[in-house]
Amino acid sequence: MPLLSSINYSSDVTRNLIIAVFGVLFLASAISFILGRRVKSEGGKATVANLKSRVNSWWVMVIVLFAALSFNRAGSTIIFALISFLALREFITATPTRRGDHWGLFAAFFVILPYQYWLVATPWYGMFAIMIPVYAFILIPIVTVLTPDVTEFLERNARTQWGLMVCVYFISHIPMLENLDNLPPLKMGSAGLIIFLVAVIQGSDVLQYVWGKLIGKTPVSALSPKKTLEGLIGGVLSASLLGALMHRLTPFSPLQAFGVSLLLCLVAFFGGLVMSAIKRERGIKDWGTLIEGHGGMMDRIDSLCFSAPLYYHILRYFFNG
Amino acid sequence: MPMLRPASIFLTKLITGANAVWAGCDPKCEKLRIYFANHGSHLDFATLWAALPSAARERTRPVAARDYWGRTRLTRAVACGIFNSLLIAREAISRTENPISQMADALRAGQSLIIFPEGTRCLDGNITEFKPGLYHLANKVPEAELIPVYLQNLNRILPKGHLLPIPLISTVVFGAPLRLEEGERKPEFLRRTRDAVLNLMPHAHGGSPNPASGPA
Repeated sequence: MPLLSSINYSSDVTRNLIIAVFGVLFLASAISFILGRRVKSEGGKATVANLKSRVNSWWVMVIVLFAALSFNRAGSTIIFALISFLALREFITATPTRRGDHWGLFAAFFVILPYQYWLVATPWYGMFAIMIPVYAFILIPIVTVLTPDVTEFLERNARTQWGLMVCVYFISHIPMLENLDNLPPLKMGSAGLIIFLVAVIQGSDVLQYVWGKLIGKTPVSALSPKKTLEGLIGGVLSASLLGALMHRLTPFSPLQAFGVSLLLCLVAFFGGLVMSAIKRERGIKDWGTLIEGHGGMMDRIDSLCFSAPLYYHILRYFFNG
Repeated sequence: MPMLRPASIFLTKLITGANAVWAGCDPKCEKLRIYFANHGSHLDFATLWAALPSAARERTRPVAARDYWGRTRLTRAVACGIFNSLLIAREAISRTENPISQMADALRAGQSLIIFPEGTRCLDGNITEFKPGLYHLANKVPEAELIPVYLQNLNRILPKGHLLPIPLISTVVFGAPLRLEEGERKPEFLRRTRDAVLNLMPHAHGGSPNPASGPA
């Protein structure tokens, strides 16, 4: 693997993107600073304090992601392996387990997760695509059945398998994007593909929140009372426009970028709803406390999980030569 | 060995998360304290110790069983050298080797203690009856604050009978201080202190109190 950055820093696309991203962050920091000066009520102060910690966390997340992508493909592989590890940890912590699950979970954390990312690094697409759906599915129940405890046997295995699919398999498609070698030349380099996905999906989350705060009235699901229909439509459409604006990071035309973003945002929305349903069932509000103002890692990436494989497959089957 | 302490604390936090929740007392308070907790894992005392602020950690010693932690040079080095444990006898207690006096001496020397009043690790995530040591200690050193602590998920991270941990996130909930009341008898005191730990279980706020329930 050549020691080259995944980001082509000499391109004007890269320069514009960096100006836009850090411009938005500075703007967000400035807004929260000004709001902090103006707001007097107790409730308002709490909202602004939460906004400030969210913005600060965004600074950290953006800088960490850029730093990781500035290395070669190993950078994105390692950072997303770490994200998968932290997410799986939160997922399994929130899920009931029994003594008999110990070796199965040990295998999930220390054998299956590293091997999946090894398959990204190698890269070996055939095995990458089936390792968790097929071989983890075979391995985990075999290890579990060695302990003769049949209480909730099916549920316990399903939970571990779900954790691996959502936190490891789906997320591992993000660094796998950099291995699509037959795409038309990418102006920003292979990292542009990752930045496009993350910006559109996380942008959709933020914009849904903003639209919801501005004009939100109709609740869209009893699962997430804060999510409104107005927020959903406004957020998804404006995030799709953002995707169209960022089409130069990808092989898409502006219209294609809009359509792909629209599809991804809708799937991401329902992915977030599914993860909310799991949280509801477990009786928890957040997955963890890792990222200040956001909750856990899983709270930040829940909408990426379902959209990442879809995005990968669109690129692989329709644009990769 | 003490130079291995920062690395051991980092490693403990890496494996167990050791997410501290101060639900009833001030972490920075400098009063003499006896932290008493439920016991389900070898990682319990390291995790509780790691969850304390560093200043409190310096003057707090976990109490561990000599018949277990004192049995080889390595276990003794880990328990005493790294975690500054006070090793006590669980069996064959003599007048010169009375564990209550040893613990009282440590408290009078200004050191807070971490103890597990169940006496041994519990397999199924429940909390068994407390042994009377806590009562005798509270009687002997009434000036010490008794802090109930609930350790969540550690019996899932490293259950009794397993050697390798799985890296889940543990929560260490510190409750409000208790004292031995005037004229309070042993059974009532032991029930009250055990209830104090049970009340820190998070099931009151929804979710599963301790998802690892039931024997293997």
